Amino acid sequence: MDTIALTLLNGLSYGLLLFMLSSGLTLIFSMMGVLNFAHASFYMLGAYLGQALAARLGFGTALWLAPLAVGGLGAAFEHLCLRRVHRHGHVAELLVTFGAAYVIVEAVQLVWGRGPLEFHPPDWLAGPAFTRVRDAAGASWVAGAAEACAAAGTSCTPFPATRVFMMGVALAMLAALAALLALTRVGMVIRAALTHPRMVEALGHDLPKVYMGVFGAGAALAALAGVIGGSTFVTEPGMAAAVGSVVFVVVVVGGVGSLGGAFAASVLIGLLQTAAVGFDRPLFGGPSLAQLAPALPFALLVAVLAWRPAGLFAPRRG
Amino acid sequence: MATRSAARRLAPWAAYALLLALAPWVFPSPLALNMLSQIGIGIVACLSFNLLFGQGGMLSFGHAVYTGLGGYAAIHAMNAAAQGALPVPLVAVPLLGGLAGLGVAWLLGGLATRRAGTSFAMITLGLGELVVALTPLLPSVFGGEGGIAGNRVYGRPWFGLDFGAAIEVYGLIAVHAYACTAALYAFTRTPLGRLLNAVRDNDERVAFLGTDPRRVRHRAFAIAGFFAGVSGALAAILFEIVTPEVLGASRSGTVLLFTVLGGSAAFAGPVVGAVLMVLATVALSGLTPAWLLYVGLAFVGVVMVAPGGLVGMASACAGRLRRDGLRALAPLGLAGLAGAAMAFAGVAGMVEMAYHLRLDDARSAPPAVFGLALDTASAAAWAGAALLAGAGLALAAWAGGRLRGREGAA
Repeated sequence: MDTIALTLLNGLSYGLLLFMLSSGLTLIFSMMGVLNFAHASFYMLGAYLGQALAARLGFGTALWLAPLAVGGLGAAFEHLCLRRVHRHGHVAELLVTFGAAYVIVEAVQLVWGRGPLEFHPPDWLAGPAFTRVRDAAGASWVAGAAEACAAAGTSCTPFPATRVFMMGVALAMLAALAALLALTRVGMVIRAALTHPRMVEALGHDLPKVYMGVFGAGAALAALAGVIGGSTFVTEPGMAAAVGSVVFVVVVVGGVGSLGGAFAASVLIGLLQTAAVGFDRPLFGGPSLAQLAPALPFALLVAVLAWRPAGLFAPRRG
Repeated sequence: MATRSAARRLAPWAAYALLLALAPWVFPSPLALNMLSQIGIGIVACLSFNLLFGQGGMLSFGHAVYTGLGGYAAIHAMNAAAQGALPVPLVAVPLLGGLAGLGVAWLLGGLATRRAGTSFAMITLGLGELVVALTPLLPSVFGGEGGIAGNRVYGRPWFGLDFGAAIEVYGLIAVHAYACTAALYAFTRTPLGRLLNAVRDNDERVAFLGTDPRRVRHRAFAIAGFFAGVSGALAAILFEIVTPEVLGASRSGTVLLFTVLGGSAAFAGPVVGAVLMVLATVALSGLTPAWLLYVGLAFVGVVMVAPGGLVGMASACAGRLRRDGLRALAPLGLAGLAGAAMAFAGVAGMVEMAYHLRLDDARSAPPAVFGLALDTASAAAWAGAALLAGAGLALAAWAGGRLRGREGAA
């Protein structure tokens, strides 16, 4: 029972991190038709920049300054590179982001080196948020670290505070994004630009500027996920590749352009992968469930594309 | 007249055969021979990728699946033949690899080619990752992390050739590269090849004319899989080992990168791209640790400035030269080239200095760009490199703008 609850919580927090990444990607894709291969590289850049800023100005500052800087960079990339190849079609745009992914990953290693980086969460996020304690008297939830764990005969399962923080930030971001899109004037223009770009332009809105803003905001969200993910997991050159293709799976499975779909698919894949590792058992004497875990998202992707090519939660067109 | 045009058509093929035949005599060192063999393998891989991308508008992010599985089929066939379980001479192994690639591509292509465009790109990416993620589950087939090793020298010699020597392997690879190039060129002239171009340009219209574009894409995908398998089998023969890494996304990405760099619109583009690929991955990577950064920057530059790749750029230049004459173009052209060279030298200087600072204790000699040693501690070196890069970029942009402006006016 305990392991089930904690495994589910772990899966949920991983899924929410995936959502932070995929929300920007799906917005960019649905609006501009660009599958942004550099998105995971912005995530990586956010982690490295966050580490450098946290060491000098503190984690709290890094949490907003690194996304801001990466967002600016993303907007500049859209303005200087992506927009220029727009007339050559979507494939050229895709190729530019593909090349940019190489350049960013290499440039990051140029500046920060090829080894993993020491990026620890701050003191107020260190340690467990709560601990599940099980001893002779029964099981109980204890906030923070439990002293009873030192005693013999008790088993403890801590849940790290960074994971709770990750879930909190992701949920706050989802709420803020939904509010921005649904309630504000900027959100109205963005929603209109998704479905009726020509009309929006005819009404006097600067469509390229909207694109630049959305691309920059998407990069900033990826960088925010990078600061949190980098301090929770590990900040190293392979982190972009580790998460990049899974995020694409999320976007496609969720249905392109659907924030709710991206949310559902992120949580689904997070739970699926964590559960496969958590409830490891051999399958029919062959490979074990944990060995299958890395293949699960892609098997899901292939199944969805074969069965419902528009994604599980695709918005209705028309 | 007819004979002249036939001669014109055959001349590039004769030159290509001559190049392949003479190359090992011009560069006889073992390293050069190995690189030439890799170029031959790369030519087949890039051409088969471009059958999908350039001819069919299908951007595949999982092409290494078909080259890699062809390689695995080849190494297993070689091992089985060495044990006497399979009567296959080495010269037939590439064909077997090709058939394996064809079979797998036919199976997976049924799923991948149902949609074109971005969906196709996504599903090839997903299939590629899926295959890579499944390799640890079948250690007897994929050999775990160490891969599967083999030996290409087995059985009785074939017309006196046992393919133990590097030059004999090069010969085998060169013959296959030439034959595959010819076959792939011939494919572009077949009705299916023409239909594939039509599907790339407007698949809805093809459907209205009574041909199912999905079927055309599926067949082309399987044919590309065949040639990918041949190239993977040739690689297995050359290296005598196949590891799961050959199936991975980075391999697929490299083929994509250099095919576009060479030029996907022209048939010869991937051939040039394959030469660049081997030069970069073998020679450039030995010269500088930042080679992938240069490749990435060159790729972004080519996609932005010259979507036709290097071959497209060269043929555009040749066309302008024929029309305007050398005298009219020389000043601006030279200015543009000088600007590009300056920008490259400046950027390379900054990158090399940065890498040197990173790895300071690992290498003691200061970095040198074009033989010029750079002092990483002096601000003048950094400012000079930045200034050179900025001035070069400005000059190249100005000259390029003037050249293009004149074309617009003409």
